[in-house]
Amino acid sequence: MSNTAIVLRTRSERLTLRLSRHTLFVVAALGTALLGSAFVSLCLGSHSTSPANVFQALVSPHESDIALIVREIRLPRVLLAILVGAALGVAGLVLQGLVRNPLASPDVIGITSGASAAAVFLLTIGGAAQGSPLIPVVAIAGAFAVALTILTVAWIKHATPGQLILVGIGIASAMGALITLMIVTSPDTTAMNAYLWLTGSLYAAQWGDVLGLLPWVAVFLPLALSRARHLDIMAMGDDMATSLGSALNLNRLVLLLAAVALAGSAVAFAGGLSFIGLVAPHMARNLSRSGSAGLILIAAMVGALMLLLADIIGRIGFAPRDLPAGVFVACIGAPYFVYQLHRLRR
Amino acid sequence: MLTSTSGKLAGLAIALLLVVMSFAGSLAFGQFATSFSTLMRALLAYDPASTSHLIIVTERLPRAIVAVLVGASLAVSGALMQSLTRNALASPGILGINAGAMLFVVISAAFFTDNVPASLIWAAFMGAATAGSIVYFLGREPGAGSSPLRTVLAGVAVSALFVSFAQGLLVVNQERFGSLVFWLAGSVSGRGLDMLWPMLPLFAGASVICVFLTRQLNVLSLDDEVVRALGQRTGLVRLTAGLVVIVLSGASVALAGMIGFIGLIVPHITRGVFGRDHRWLLPGCTLLGASLLLIADTAARFVIPPQEVPVGVMTALLGAPLFLYLASRRSQSL
Repeated sequence: MSNTAIVLRTRSERLTLRLSRHTLFVVAALGTALLGSAFVSLCLGSHSTSPANVFQALVSPHESDIALIVREIRLPRVLLAILVGAALGVAGLVLQGLVRNPLASPDVIGITSGASAAAVFLLTIGGAAQGSPLIPVVAIAGAFAVALTILTVAWIKHATPGQLILVGIGIASAMGALITLMIVTSPDTTAMNAYLWLTGSLYAAQWGDVLGLLPWVAVFLPLALSRARHLDIMAMGDDMATSLGSALNLNRLVLLLAAVALAGSAVAFAGGLSFIGLVAPHMARNLSRSGSAGLILIAAMVGALMLLLADIIGRIGFAPRDLPAGVFVACIGAPYFVYQLHRLRR
Repeated sequence: MLTSTSGKLAGLAIALLLVVMSFAGSLAFGQFATSFSTLMRALLAYDPASTSHLIIVTERLPRAIVAVLVGASLAVSGALMQSLTRNALASPGILGINAGAMLFVVISAAFFTDNVPASLIWAAFMGAATAGSIVYFLGREPGAGSSPLRTVLAGVAVSALFVSFAQGLLVVNQERFGSLVFWLAGSVSGRGLDMLWPMLPLFAGASVICVFLTRQLNVLSLDDEVVRALGQRTGLVRLTAGLVVIVLSGASVALAGMIGFIGLIVPHITRGVFGRDHRWLLPGCTLLGASLLLIADTAARFVIPPQEVPVGVMTALLGAPLFLYLASRRSQSL
């Protein structure tokens, strides 16, 4: 491996991004794979469309049935998959860095369940319809509520990162019980709606969803990226980080804010997807040994790719049924996770 | 904590009394209120023409028996797991054993639609064994034995995996959704006694093994090196205890679905009352586990009438705060 690296700097040198050639190569390869799968996903569907037609539909404003299907139905779904996957991948990477434990992730420590519980509350007891504009707002609030609870407990008890995770697990199971309660006590159709939402599905994604999620990703992913080097410093331990001049608590708070916002908003628009936040960071680390900044980029792309592929399988593999992508994310992610846990033992 | 033998015996007697009282309560209370005299008459002089007798004998009696068996099994397997892993947070729910059993039951219910309880039990055992061994091996740290945090995380991840597979199957197989979801949520209602008979030998066998294991389990809670110096065959003891855990929790899931936290709460309460000696701990867990699940199940009928809360939700809402307390202590090992 050559040591040449590309360094991006702002003029005042407040922000620098150092990417080794290897990292750049990985990013480029993943980018190609992502574009390729996105294009494949646009071509496939109950209405089969030739690549040429899809390309035409994308570039020319010409109106036709195929153009309508591609632009209004498939494109938003593909874009939403990419945004959600990227957000979850980054959230997982940042959380794992923050608690210094490779087994943390938004779903393990309860942030996803907080969002889910809030959304299910709205869907069942609140009587909201699927796709109501209120769901994202409530879900993100739920995610922040859980994060705040964990932080409060951690602050009162001076908890270690490990305890923080355990507290999260406890909260997650309490949320799980509440979700079950709400599902069981509501009529079957509402319950099924809520259940579908919980498994994580991109079904009937619209441009409105993409535009709703985009600002969150556009703000908080760069925010995480800009603080990435502090993750590297934190990995050396609190004392080292403080003596290197990192404003430890402030940076932690900002990174946590970014992770929760990314995870919460992703869950808000796509439902309770598990495993992406857990596995994408590991895949990223196995692909590249770069610092956190490079890893954030890679984790985002790996997460996006995972969800995109899972959605293609769920949409096409069992046609005419449209199965929730979350099931296939688990199929891809879980074996990898078990393998990773096994490797970590050494 | 009770220290003297007579004190502990008295404690067990009180626990037994508690089981009897909560059993009677579980028979008497519900949406259809029955007086105590009706209850006695229904049990002693059963009259099939009377509605209240019918409800008590065909509805509530099987339900109470299932609650006793499941509560006791979960509590004992929780206690065994905590001793085996020396992890205060270990329990069948948290370490993924319930989820494993649940997934295998859902698979067998989805693909082999005949609802033969016997086949479901074996599926549950296989699932419990699969999940249990994955979590046990993933939770071990090289050289250091099992680490509490690692084991719990492995359990949570394995649970998440199995639950999401089960969710997928349910979404594909929507016709059976309603009944399965309520079963998954953990419930002791609607289980006929015919489902219970094939399981009784298993419960009996597991209890007999437990009786013989108590001394070895006491030794096991010492330091690894001390244990070896005392000539204990740790591997065999661990394996046997592990099998008991799998049988008890697998059978519980097959009977009652996912009932979490009984296996976590009860051993901690019992240890507080009877101490760490397994000769007292395991009987104490049996009695207190049975009565806790009976009480939770009875209370579940009154939370949001006329509907019933699944008892698994009740136990989770009771248990989560305790889990949080245990997790935020300085050390999670026993």
